[in-house]
Amino acid sequence: MARAIPTRRRWLLSLLAWAVGLIIFFPILWTVLTSFKTEGEAIAAPPHILFFHWTLENYAEVQQRSNYIEHVTNSVVIALGSTLLALLIGVPAAWAAAFAPTRRTKDLLMWMLSTKMMPPVGVLVPIYLLFRDWGLLDTLTGLTVLMMLVNLPIVVWMLYTYFREIPADILEAARMDGARLFNEIVHVLAPMAAPGIASTMLLNIILAWNEAFWTLNLTAAKAAPLSAFIASYSSPEGLFWAKLSAASTMAIAPILILGWFSQRQLVRGLTFGAVK
Amino acid sequence: MRRTLAALVGTAALVIAGPSLADTLTIATVNNGDMIRMQRLADDFRQKNPGIDLNWVTLEENALREKVTTDIATKAGQYDVLTIGTYEVPIWAKQGWLTPLDLGSAYDVGDLLPPIRSGLSYDGKLYAAPFYGESSMLMYRKDLFAKAGLTMPEKPTWDFITEAADKITDKQAGIYGICLRGKAGWGENMAFLTTMANSYGARWFNEKWEPEFNGPQWKTALNTYLEMMKKDGPPGASSNGFNENLALFQGGKCGMWIDATVAASFVSDPKQSKVANDVGFAPAPCGTTCKNANWLWSWALAIPSSSKKTADAEKFVAWATGKDYLQLVAAKDGWANVPPGTRKSLYDNPEYLKAAPFAQMTLQAIDSADPGLDGNSKPKPYIGVQFAAIPEFQGIATAVGQQFSAALAGQTSASQALQNAQLLTEREMRRAGYIK
Repeated sequence: MARAIPTRRRWLLSLLAWAVGLIIFFPILWTVLTSFKTEGEAIAAPPHILFFHWTLENYAEVQQRSNYIEHVTNSVVIALGSTLLALLIGVPAAWAAAFAPTRRTKDLLMWMLSTKMMPPVGVLVPIYLLFRDWGLLDTLTGLTVLMMLVNLPIVVWMLYTYFREIPADILEAARMDGARLFNEIVHVLAPMAAPGIASTMLLNIILAWNEAFWTLNLTAAKAAPLSAFIASYSSPEGLFWAKLSAASTMAIAPILILGWFSQRQLVRGLTFGAVK
Repeated sequence: MRRTLAALVGTAALVIAGPSLADTLTIATVNNGDMIRMQRLADDFRQKNPGIDLNWVTLEENALREKVTTDIATKAGQYDVLTIGTYEVPIWAKQGWLTPLDLGSAYDVGDLLPPIRSGLSYDGKLYAAPFYGESSMLMYRKDLFAKAGLTMPEKPTWDFITEAADKITDKQAGIYGICLRGKAGWGENMAFLTTMANSYGARWFNEKWEPEFNGPQWKTALNTYLEMMKKDGPPGASSNGFNENLALFQGGKCGMWIDATVAASFVSDPKQSKVANDVGFAPAPCGTTCKNANWLWSWALAIPSSSKKTADAEKFVAWATGKDYLQLVAAKDGWANVPPGTRKSLYDNPEYLKAAPFAQMTLQAIDSADPGLDGNSKPKPYIGVQFAAIPEFQGIATAVGQQFSAALAGQTSASQALQNAQLLTEREMRRAGYIK
């Protein structure tokens, strides 16, 4: 009898976890299901959940109308490029903040974070004008650099949190053994903080992949990533839900697969140092 | 590890490779069936103009408007051809943002429908070529009318519509007498409500640019709309726009629907509409007058003054909006799919009239709309039927639309919504310097 309560609680907690999981996953599931419906069935009321005429016509039309591969390539270049650039700058910055702090380090970190509190539309016009004058509108270069800048505060903060978990004595020991700063970061710090760096990298890729404000406003035809690909299927006059869902499914598929395969690293990184 | 770092730097350097300059026209379009068809048929243009390639940027209307406005206001010059509406053309032409069009004698500008041509002109010059034109009209279920013993008059009035909606409504069977736009926005509920108010003799501003929401005309229009929608409209109507009402009508849930003439081809298409064989068409209802009781809109192609490829862009605009393009669409997809509402010659074509039973009604609706200063029953200081062609209108009308949408949702009363609309419009017009 004493065991019955924990078992019931376990069941309840499992049920709750499944319910929460389903609620979170439901919009994605619904999008995927809608992508296999006809436009008429996509707006049917009451909605048809599984028993409808399954069709691939939306995928065929999306393939015919848009250059999916070009949009995916642009998304990959922007997401990976901006992440690598952000790590290149973020790792030394986080090292300095974690192991060589000054009186103003905390303020500096807070200032970095505060830039994320500003709505992006507030700086759209100045950024747009800079991009225009520097010839960066509708270029992968411009978007990659901008995405790096947009996500840099998060990268620095995450790395700083992970680095602080590493005892400074180990780095000091490496220094006493003659390691120079570069070797200290690359050979001692990086391997120890690998889970943290990996999760920072993955999160940054996901954020850059899903970003829609800047990528929509600063691109036209050449550098448009998947966000622009999805946006091109929304219409104020005419039915579009099924085709929009097909485009969305195609856009989220690569990042979902990446997330699925790297979930262990993500969880490890996000819980890094949580239990000692 | 050094190698890894070198690879990282290498990748980053690759990313920062400069863009390549291609000799192409970049065309910004909205996502609707006619525009998508144009993209599909663009090979015909490429064959006729081998030196010109085309790049498409397709976006939802509001996103496109935002992007194109930013581009043109900053003279960034990313686009060579823009898809804009009758609202933007006079404003942008006045600002010097658009190039006046010279499309050659073969283009036959005189064949364009006069109201559409005048809506796309400024100072007597054509600044955008119409790709398709539309007005608004009444679509109704002939079977439900017959069942209720009703006959649609040649020129329906709001009194008749109110009565008919009441008779048709059968909430238990899920049938609502009337479906109208309720979603807030200058191009959403305000497009419809402005035409309804016009039919009661209202206008947005008097000759001194003072708003008139405190007058009896707007009051009658809004009260009629709210009472009818609350009694005989579908639930949640305050979030219904074109697409939501289209879905309701096609699904057999609406007895009547007043909206864009372009909807006629959707609701009478048996592939997507359950009620395709039972749809009838009539002019938009009149109140105390029929003047500007239906709107006028056109999606048109314009060339921004920042484009450096004006000559090539003009060739494209002439191709996409010319008579030959209509023939091309007819040959490939049939006459019913030809973009409507731009050319007189299309409405003289018996093949088109046969394929599109709603054609005459569309033409009548477009012909009866007058965006000019004397178009309403009282003179007005602005151009436009369902809008006032001033830059401030978008913001003001969306805010007013929110007030009216809130009244429909029952969050505020009609008189309060009108009072708020009057106050906020007056404040913005004063701030913008129209009211001294």
